Amino acid sequence: MAPLLAIRGLTVAYGGRTVLHGLDLDIARGETVALVGESGSGKSQAALAVMGLLPERAAVSGSARFDGTELVGLPRPALDRIRGARIGMVFQEPMTALDPLFTVGHQIALPLRAHRGLTGRQAATRARELLRLVELRDAEARLTAYPHELSGGERQRVMIAMALACEPDLLIADEPTTALDVTVQARILALLNDLKQRLGMAMLFVSHDLRLVRRIAGRTAVMRAGRLVEVGPTERLFAAPAAPETRDLVAAEPAGRKAPPPPGSPVVLEARNVAVSYPGRGGRPWRPAPRRVAVAGIDLAVRAGETLGLVGESGSGKSSLGRALLRLEPSAGIVRFEDRDLTALSRAALRPLRRGFQPVFQDPHGSLSPRMSAGAIVTEGLRVHAPELGARERDARAAAAFAEVRLDPGTRHRPPHAFSGGQRQRIAIARAMILRPRLVVLDEPTSALDRTVQRDIVALLRDLQAAHGLAYVFISHDLAVVRALSDRVLVLRDGRAVEHGPVDTVLETPREDYTRALVAAATT
Amino acid sequence: MIPFVLRRLVQAIPTLFLVVTLSFFLIRLAPGGPFDLERPLAPAAMETLRRVYGLDQPLVVQYGRYLAALLRGDLGPSFSVRDLSVAELLARGLPVSMTLGALALVLALGLGVALGGLAAARRGGILDHAVMTLGTLGLTVPGFVVAPLLQIAFGLALGWLPVGGWEGGDPRHLVLPVITLALPQVAVIARLTRAALIEGAGLPHRRTLRALGLPPRVIALHALRGAALPVVSYLGPAAAGLLTGSVVVETVFGLPGVGRYFVDGALNRDYTLVMGTVVLIGVFVIVLNLLVDLATAAIDPRVRQAA
Repeated sequence: MAPLLAIRGLTVAYGGRTVLHGLDLDIARGETVALVGESGSGKSQAALAVMGLLPERAAVSGSARFDGTELVGLPRPALDRIRGARIGMVFQEPMTALDPLFTVGHQIALPLRAHRGLTGRQAATRARELLRLVELRDAEARLTAYPHELSGGERQRVMIAMALACEPDLLIADEPTTALDVTVQARILALLNDLKQRLGMAMLFVSHDLRLVRRIAGRTAVMRAGRLVEVGPTERLFAAPAAPETRDLVAAEPAGRKAPPPPGSPVVLEARNVAVSYPGRGGRPWRPAPRRVAVAGIDLAVRAGETLGLVGESGSGKSSLGRALLRLEPSAGIVRFEDRDLTALSRAALRPLRRGFQPVFQDPHGSLSPRMSAGAIVTEGLRVHAPELGARERDARAAAAFAEVRLDPGTRHRPPHAFSGGQRQRIAIARAMILRPRLVVLDEPTSALDRTVQRDIVALLRDLQAAHGLAYVFISHDLAVVRALSDRVLVLRDGRAVEHGPVDTVLETPREDYTRALVAAATT
Repeated sequence: MIPFVLRRLVQAIPTLFLVVTLSFFLIRLAPGGPFDLERPLAPAAMETLRRVYGLDQPLVVQYGRYLAALLRGDLGPSFSVRDLSVAELLARGLPVSMTLGALALVLALGLGVALGGLAAARRGGILDHAVMTLGTLGLTVPGFVVAPLLQIAFGLALGWLPVGGWEGGDPRHLVLPVITLALPQVAVIARLTRAALIEGAGLPHRRTLRALGLPPRVIALHALRGAALPVVSYLGPAAAGLLTGSVVVETVFGLPGVGRYFVDGALNRDYTLVMGTVVLIGVFVIVLNLLVDLATAAIDPRVRQAA
């Protein structure tokens, strides 16, 4: 039988730069094929090219035949009879993929009215059914809700409902769970699996995450640098990867364990009953709304050479706690760094001490000033904390810091955007390390990175910790990385500690249901 | 929504008070007075005039009296136009200025959005360049150049339209002043619309609409609603400026609007007339900004819930 979608020699170029080199891929009716690769591998370009969604300056050539119709170069009206009707698409960004100005009901009704010619009332009835199909709680009320009133997972369910509205033969899902919490990820994946079987549709599942793909796709195609390197049954790919690129991806799971801290190492950070709250919304000037509690009374201690992992879903308070420990956020309770109570100090009194405890943030794009060279960014802390150093000495230390995070010191005069995501995160780490801190608070430092890059950053962080006896507070939702880097774990939920103990005990034999859900979501 | 409007109106009181206070003292800091003519009046006559209008009192007393009168809605007598109160002057001029302003606003909005939409749809094309060039021209060439050119072309050379006068609001007399008033606003609105549409086209939720295979008509509706936000926030202050009259247009076309009062009042040190126009413009700005906020809330549900 002819495949539902037959891609032959699909090529995408911007100007003279080719980002997708002659992709060949078939998808049969009812089959799920995964397209896997790291950022820049061309996987999303392929999906967007099939849907005719690339910007106009993209030059698309080759062929993508859907059920006999050539999609490449198909005029807009003919293309619009296929996309949304026979091919549905789900995107990565649930926060921005829905129009914020229109209700959920209106948006789900759009494809029904356009392709099925339903009236407003008929479309509303069908929209209600669809929201039940994607298991959105309280479907009736959600029809009149706006996207910003829904959580990320709920928005992704709405997105799926829209894509499925006209019962397509093919669903293209471009990283549909990447922006979601692990526990939500698992539920969305289960939903997609279930819907695929019930509706008998085929699916092209685009992802950077091999582990995820294993749970959903019968066949997997691996891409790197715009080329298809291997395609085959998913289990075979895991068991016996043929291409070196596939082996690299399979081995990219953060592995290895951290050596325990030396016995008797001193406590560097101690926090007691730390609480963070934010002003509530609404209320009146004379009667303010109750404050929203983000962190409710956390106790913790970290020794030199030790890593404490802070784990929890988004909104669990882990980042607020991290900022409170760094004194970047007003908080109640006591935070002691070495022998000083930081909570009693003014901003000015705190400043000289800050050298000892440094942050590294998640976003390597947003946390580096685009107007400064990488070297200037790294040495900026020295200007404050070691003003006695001359320009030459500062530059020498920048070169040393670059070498320490395994970046070429010769590149330090370039601006941040000349570096890749992983290299930028190394710059952010160098900026912290150059001050020789005793404590580093790492807030999701690997979340924005590809798996193979993550693995290298984790190894770097472990080496730096061993070399300098650093204490780490490591904030992450990614249990695989937490396991590779932490001695102890503190599991947060709604600002409270639900579990706290050695990493093996907590992750192997979780006591709380919530921890079990997190572990299950990350390992199945 | 009603509590929101009431709260905003209450918040406007201190703003208006500050504007009135500042301008009250600033205009009196300017040298000269309302009765300083080229041929000085006899000291006795001057004394009488000052006493009649209360200018012989200490400044603080004058200020107190002005505020008290203002609270009763009394803007005081005009110093330069004898026998008429400021309120009467504004009541005569305001219909003229508001008619011109409202027409210019409608024209600018319709033409600006249409041109901006066309330019965005044909981005980088000839039409886009033409609109952007005209936009720059509309912004850079001042009204006192545009107005005489229009008068020469359509009034004198072609003889189609009158070059000035009001004539009780005869439509033919409105055409040239309205065009002069609207031109720079067309330019700004076209640019704002174009920029907002182009920015919006790159947003992820617009890609979603295309992925759903929706017809261009539906996508345009979503695009325009998104682009309306920056245009609406510009419209508030712009409308306040248009509706309260333009000195240039009213002078060049010889129209009896309120725009001239502000300048004439300031030149003649007609304190009450200046204060009257300041209060008028202040009230317009406050009310129109409130309308902008209400319109923004109507367009954007996130704003609605924050308010």
